[in-house]
Amino acid sequence: MPEKVTLVVFSGELDKALAAFNIAIGAASMGMEVSMFFTFWGLNIIKRNEGSIESRGMMRKMLNFMNRGGSKRLPLSKFHMLGLGKWMMGKLMRNVKSPSLKEMMALAKESGVKFIACTTTMGMMGISREAFIPEVDSFAGVATYLAEAKEGRVNLFI
Amino acid sequence: MKADATLDCIGLYCPMPIYHTANKLKELEPGQVLEVLADDEGIKVDAPAWCRATGNELLGIEEEAGSYKVYIKKTK
Repeated sequence: MPEKVTLVVFSGELDKALAAFNIAIGAASMGMEVSMFFTFWGLNIIKRNEGSIESRGMMRKMLNFMNRGGSKRLPLSKFHMLGLGKWMMGKLMRNVKSPSLKEMMALAKESGVKFIACTTTMGMMGISREAFIPEVDSFAGVATYLAEAKEGRVNLFI
Repeated sequence: MKADATLDCIGLYCPMPIYHTANKLKELEPGQVLEVLADDEGIKVDAPAWCRATGNELLGIEEEAGSYKVYIKKTK
């Protein structure tokens, strides 16, 4: 049976997302079975880029407007500088032929990495399933994560 | 060293060399040897680690002028 790796992706920043997918692809390339649990701000990584996020209630509407998410909208956790830092980081990455986040997500998917979205955060923030990319495998809670992590050899919180 | 297939990872950084290595090796038969060309020095430590984790055999790493030739024998 293959060894399991679980990643809790809590952060919604581009640099942290890149690190998470780097590890996920690496682990899958080493024959390990990888599950990524996206929760809280991490859900922004797996939101679709197109359209608006529909939700009910003024606070949720405001939150989902300001916290729109989508893989192409993620800021850097450091030196974002209103997007200038992100643009420069993108350029440096392309210079060394590093795959973009979008490409890494596709590579992870091709390698069999499972994407799981946290339903608790979705409920609290008022985000429906339609807000997410079709690559999401399932919508679940902490028990699913723990059941996988219990058998996992590598469990990370990013 | 003689190889049955060559994989060019020149210019690629982690995790791409091991990603391509894992996929390329799937095309080979057990006993065949894959040659991986790389210039990220991390490969010197990453290739042995990848082989240990996956159970494939590392036959050797040749270094010349800042690039590396890694020889991996598929065992299963």
